Amino acid sequence: MSALSINDLRVELGKDKSHRTEVVKGISLELVPGRIHGLAGESGSGKSMTALAVLGLLPAGGIVRGSIVLRGETELVGLKPKAYRAIRGNRIAMVFQDPSASLHPQITVGAQIIDGMRAHLRLNRADARRRAAELLALVRVPDPQAALTKYPHQFSGGQRQRIAIAIALACDPDVLLADEPTTALDVTVQAGILHLLRDLAVERDLAILLVTHDLGVMSAVADDVSVMRHGRIVESGPRRRIFTDPRHPYTRELLAAMPDARESLVDAPPVTTTTDSEEWR
Amino acid sequence: MSDPGTTEARPVLQVDQLVVEYGGRAAFRAVDGISFDIRAGEVLALVGESGCGKSSTARAVIGMEKLAGGDVRYRGGAVAPLGLRTRPRELTAIQMVFQDPNSSLNPRLRVGRQIDEGSRAARSRGLSTEDAAYWLREVGLSRDLENRYPYQLSGGQRQRVAIARALAARPDLIVADEPISALDASAQASVAAMMRELCVASGAAMLFISHDLSVVRLMADRVAVMYAGRIVESGPTSAVWNEPRHPYTRALLGAIPHPDGEGILPAAPATEAPATWRELVPEALDRSPLTLPRG
Repeated sequence: MSALSINDLRVELGKDKSHRTEVVKGISLELVPGRIHGLAGESGSGKSMTALAVLGLLPAGGIVRGSIVLRGETELVGLKPKAYRAIRGNRIAMVFQDPSASLHPQITVGAQIIDGMRAHLRLNRADARRRAAELLALVRVPDPQAALTKYPHQFSGGQRQRIAIAIALACDPDVLLADEPTTALDVTVQAGILHLLRDLAVERDLAILLVTHDLGVMSAVADDVSVMRHGRIVESGPRRRIFTDPRHPYTRELLAAMPDARESLVDAPPVTTTTDSEEWR
Repeated sequence: MSDPGTTEARPVLQVDQLVVEYGGRAAFRAVDGISFDIRAGEVLALVGESGCGKSSTARAVIGMEKLAGGDVRYRGGAVAPLGLRTRPRELTAIQMVFQDPNSSLNPRLRVGRQIDEGSRAARSRGLSTEDAAYWLREVGLSRDLENRYPYQLSGGQRQRVAIARALAARPDLIVADEPISALDASAQASVAAMMRELCVASGAAMLFISHDLSVVRLMADRVAVMYAGRIVESGPTSAVWNEPRHPYTRALLGAIPHPDGEGILPAAPATEAPATWRELVPEALDRSPLTLPRG
C-alpha cells in the first residue's frame, strides 16, 4: 500500500489573478513504506513546491489542485487548516536544508523534541522525555541525555541536522519529506546523514521523499527517482535504470553535466588536429 | 628552465608560512602556517570543508585580512591591506570572484557598466581590453544582457557577470572563493571549466577555492587539501585524486557519492573527526606527479 499517493498535482502561485504562474504542472508519484523516492531537478523546477504543497505550507495565495492521498484514506487537497495541523508533523514530517533555520536557537533540544510529541501524542512529561532521549540515540547524537538540555548552537551542523531529523521522527510519521537535507553539510558529514536516512527507511518502514539537486546523493540512497523540469516530471523509474539507461534527453543532459562524466582539462590534448581540418573540407 | 633572474620564472603568488588569527588575546588560529605558490597560467585549488581556513587564506592573499604571521608576495612585493580607498593601480591586476554574486555586484549599475569598470582598471595599467559585449560572450552570456540590472538576472547569470568583470580587468592573478557553489549543479562543472580555459588562455594564475573535489579534479593543475588551518596534502591533481595519502584526503574522497546508479552509500567516518586527520604526513606533502603507463 502506498504511504502517499500524489495524482496530477498542480500548484499555482501569485497574489492576484493577473500574476499567477503554474509552478507544478500535473505531477504524479507514489511514496511506498520503506523506500526512498528521490525528486531531482534544478532550482526552479518545482521540486520544493511539490514538498510544500504536500505539507499544506504554500506561500500565501498558493492554490493546489489534483489529489494527495495519505495511506489510501485521507485526501489532503482541500483539507481544513485544523485537520491539516493534526497531520503535519504527526503523520507527515519534514526536514529542511538548513537545520539552523528549523531549530529554535533559544529553546533546548529536549524541549523542541518534546513540544511536538506532547501536542500530537498527549504523553506526560516523563514519558516524553524518555522518548526524546531514545530519538536522539536513534539519530546517533552522542550522549543523548546530556544533549536534551543543550541548545542548538552547542552542536555542529551535522549534529543539528540529526536533531532536526529526531524532531521530525518524534511522532513516528508515515512519511518524511526531506528537502535538500545534506546540501548545507560537508561531504564527510553528509555521508553520515545518508546512512541514517537509509536506515530509517528500512528499519522503521518510513516512506521518504528526498528532494535534491545532487545526483550523487540520489544515486547513493534513492530507490526510485523522478526527474523534474519546469514543473513536470520528465522521467521516473527505479534508480539503476535512470542512471544507467536514461531515456529523456533532459535526464541525459543532467547526467552528462556531472563532473564524474567529464574528462579532466588539465594536460588535455589539443582540440584541433590536421586530420580534423582536412575532414572539414 | 628555472632562471630565478627572469620574472617569468618567479611565481605570480608566493605564500610563505601564512598565519591568520581571529579574536584578541585568546585568538583562534584559522590559518596555521601554510605555504604555496602559483605560477602564470596555472590553477591551484585549495580544497577542504567549512572552517578549515581556506576562505581566510583567500582573504589574506588579496589583503582583506591582517596577517598574524608569514608572508604573502605578489610578483615579489607585499600586498597592501585593502582599505576603504581605491586600490593602488598595480594591484588591480589581482581580481576576486566571490561565492555570492549578489553581494559583489552593484545592484544599481547596469551589467555593461560594471564590466566596463573592470576594463577601466586594465586600461589604467596600460593594457588593452575588449568591450563588455566581448566579455559577456566569453562567459557564455548574450550581449543583450548589457543593459540589464543584476536583479533582472538569474543567480547563475550574475556569477558569470562577476567573472566577466574580473576578466575584463586583465588580471594576472585571480582569487576565486567558492565561485561555483551558488550555481545549479548542472552548470558548476562547465563554469569551472570555462574559468580554467579563460585563465590559462590569458596566462593568469588562479587560486580556486572549493569544497568540491570532483569539480577541482577537472580544472586544477595542483591541489592543496586543508584541514584545521593546515595543508595536509598537496601535489598534482591527478596524484592526489588517484592516490590520496593523507587519512583526511582519503576520507574526503571516499565520502563523495558518485552518480553511477549503484546505490552505494559513501563511507562515513565513524566519529565526527578522527585524530589522524590532524596529523601531518610528510609523504602527502609536495607530491610528485604520478607516472602513468602510456597508451
